[in-house]
Amino acid sequence: MTVEQIATSRSDVAGGQTAPPTTSKTPAIELKSISKSFGPVKANQNVDLKVLPGTIHGIIGENGAGKSTLMSILYGFYEADSGDIFINGKKQDIRSSKDAISAGIGMVHQHFMLVETFTVLENVMLGAEGGSLLNKSSISARDELLRLSQEYSLAVDPDALIGELPVGLQQRVEILKALYRGAEILILDEPTGVLTPQETEQLFKILDILRSRGVSIILITHKLQEIMAITDRVSVMRAGTMVSERETKDTSKNELAELMVGRKVLLEVTKADATPQETLLEAKEISYRDEDGILRLDNVSLSLRAGEIVGIAGVSGNGQTELLAALSGICPLHQGSITIGDREITPQTPSSAKEIREFGVAHVPEDRHRMGMVTAFDAKEVAIMGYHDDSSYNGTFLMNTKAVENHCRQLMQDYDVRPEDPNLKSANFSGGNQQKLVLAREMDRAPKILLVGQPTRGVDIGAIEFIHKNLIKMRDTGSAILLVSVELEEVLSLSDRIIVMFEGRIVGDVSAKDADACQLGLLMGNAGEEGTGTPSDNAVVTGEVSR
Amino acid sequence: MSSPNKTLPGWIDIGLIPLINIALAFLVSGFVIWLIGEDPIEAVKIMINGAFGYDEALGYTLYYTTNFIFTGLAVAVAFHASLFNIGGEGQAYIGGLGVGLLCLLLDQYVPLWVILPLAIIASGLFGAAWAYVPAYLQAYRGSHIVITTIMFNFIAAALMNYLLVNVLIARGSGSPESRVFEETAWLPFMHEIFAWFGAEITRSPLNLSIVLAGFASIFVWFFIWHTRWGYAIRMLGHNENAAQYSGIDTKRVIIGTMCLSGALASFVGINEIMGVHHRILLEFTAGYGFTGIAVSLMGRNHPVGIIIASLLFGALYQGGAELAFEIPTIQKEMITTIQGLVILFCGALAFMIRPTLERIFSNFTQENKTAVVE
Repeated sequence: MTVEQIATSRSDVAGGQTAPPTTSKTPAIELKSISKSFGPVKANQNVDLKVLPGTIHGIIGENGAGKSTLMSILYGFYEADSGDIFINGKKQDIRSSKDAISAGIGMVHQHFMLVETFTVLENVMLGAEGGSLLNKSSISARDELLRLSQEYSLAVDPDALIGELPVGLQQRVEILKALYRGAEILILDEPTGVLTPQETEQLFKILDILRSRGVSIILITHKLQEIMAITDRVSVMRAGTMVSERETKDTSKNELAELMVGRKVLLEVTKADATPQETLLEAKEISYRDEDGILRLDNVSLSLRAGEIVGIAGVSGNGQTELLAALSGICPLHQGSITIGDREITPQTPSSAKEIREFGVAHVPEDRHRMGMVTAFDAKEVAIMGYHDDSSYNGTFLMNTKAVENHCRQLMQDYDVRPEDPNLKSANFSGGNQQKLVLAREMDRAPKILLVGQPTRGVDIGAIEFIHKNLIKMRDTGSAILLVSVELEEVLSLSDRIIVMFEGRIVGDVSAKDADACQLGLLMGNAGEEGTGTPSDNAVVTGEVSR
Repeated sequence: MSSPNKTLPGWIDIGLIPLINIALAFLVSGFVIWLIGEDPIEAVKIMINGAFGYDEALGYTLYYTTNFIFTGLAVAVAFHASLFNIGGEGQAYIGGLGVGLLCLLLDQYVPLWVILPLAIIASGLFGAAWAYVPAYLQAYRGSHIVITTIMFNFIAAALMNYLLVNVLIARGSGSPESRVFEETAWLPFMHEIFAWFGAEITRSPLNLSIVLAGFASIFVWFFIWHTRWGYAIRMLGHNENAAQYSGIDTKRVIIGTMCLSGALASFVGINEIMGVHHRILLEFTAGYGFTGIAVSLMGRNHPVGIIIASLLFGALYQGGAELAFEIPTIQKEMITTIQGLVILFCGALAFMIRPTLERIFSNFTQENKTAVVE
């Protein structure tokens, strides 16, 4: 790891304020006591940050720690209530993203800001056309784009349609877009959330090249291993304040996790060996085509046994969503069969979400906002979704609001959902508490089979620990669990058996004990056909990422 | 509290904002009246007096209000399932046909207390049936409910034309109307009911239907917010994926909701056919179905809001008619303009002044807080 221009001494202590790096260089970015409140919520309080030129600076923190707010202030989406921003030693007044761009700041958002039906070139030019006639500027833009691709080794076809590019390349276009606008400082907001380990590695190579060309990079993430793998320095945020700054080589994942949460956290999941019992659910060669006729599930067979966690690894969009939907009765089968108990579900004898739930199958959907909850509903109404016809909540005509409320309060107590207010609108809970509420609803009835998608997406470290413990506990009491997650580490640490999906097919089925991130990563990218890079190359670096 | 969006307390949101919107609508209306050379203050006085000033006026206002409550509730119920029912007009028309047929069938044989419940059922069934077809097409064929319900308004009009001209027309009559029902099938007018108790009020078309409107409002409130069916409707309206996930049969909910909506709209037929005209006639729905959309929008799809909005529109109808009568230069079109402005400000621009109020309110509370601290 290239660690240059780094302070030689480290004087900060845990919980202390930012250490002044002892360097003669002017920082590329310096934020001085930035504060920002939204009503009563203090999103940022006296935050200081120094990023040295030509370094990668990580910012890590839980959801709601204020990372995004700070970057939004730097990029001109919000205006700080107080504090100053210095770019290359010069005080800047950044009031809009236009100001930020002209100050040489570029941002790659978590959700790409690209027009899918436009070509790469058109996307790069968008908003920087430089004249009212497109033809002329597109010629110069093409030259500039090619020059940038060469200089930073960011190969991409200028005439490819964005919608047809894989996610990794789309991200590359986002970076090119920023560079095209003259960015010397690049902010990346959770850039690896949608990438395979191999694509992540590619990204890190790019970042490395950018760093060597003198670009300063801020990397926002909640993944500790990424911080360790690529950054030079790291700042930890907690509850709107900057709690600490470290040189990456002098810190560890455990220390960072502790700083983030403010207490000791168990990063490793401890669990006994599984003792799988009888098969509870068996899917045989199921296939499903979506409305556009695209084959989303292709001959998938799997069985879930009592007392076992089966993990599905894969880059999102490779059929995991449809698998969960098919198993939970939300989408129909077009081929094959699912057997639960003595009921056989086939295309001729379809089932429904309601019937399957009655068989004791609970389902925590991947995307809680899309499916798992109704943000306009009160928490108590969310707490009975799927069970709202249950006689314990209903009289002959009227719903028993008291019973619903009591049930919700009980769930909130048992699963530590805060604030403990059944009448609060569910949208007003934090992501982690929303997820805990959904999990509580599905786990509380001790289901025989639990289908769970992305159980810890957007959930902070403290809650992750809690959720993982509960999943293991359910397994140990004899439930069969199907776990879908894009976090490879999560799949690895929780599962007893791991299935890898690629383009709707099962491309790997391994015991968790024999699996490692490198092997799974290759399967996820289907390196058997065409991987993103040479296998040996990947093997080395992936190992480093997931250490 | 943790939401970064500044939120306003309830009394501003559902009390002050609509009031300011109405005031703005009247301000612009006043300006237009001033432009044609009339005195806006005088016009407002006439309107208010014409709507509430004496018992006959109030009777007319409440009679219009009754219709708006029915059609407003109809739009609101469908809207909770995120269905936009524009077909209230047609559903009310066909509902009236159901009421009328029942009265024609039974008025010579049984008393009112038998006819009334049967008429409510007939009306509801006819209105629901008229909403069922677009609902089925939406649920199972994906035909957009807005298009189909609009078309069903025209079909209803054509059907009623045909029936009244060719089938139901009273023997020997020259106008396309059925025979007048026997008095056993007449809903008592309010002035009659008051007379039973010895109180004397002036004649007006206001009749017993307003009580039915009250019950309908209470029913809708319970149904939408306090039953599992209402829960399913609201979930479908907010998030269809979540509804499917929760095992709700979305197709059945769409059809059920639309049938309920159609039934509510059809009760306009009770008010008009049984309560006022006592015969089946052409175009008794007079646009109530369409105004119901504005009523529901203004009433935020909540029965209490709908009652208040219905009262406002009832007053506009009645006060407007009075205004056109008193000041001849202010014609019917001007009344439509005023109604249009109220719809514009309270419906389409309902949130226009919200950001300003939010800023004022947050400044105000912040000042308060700092004052307390210091």
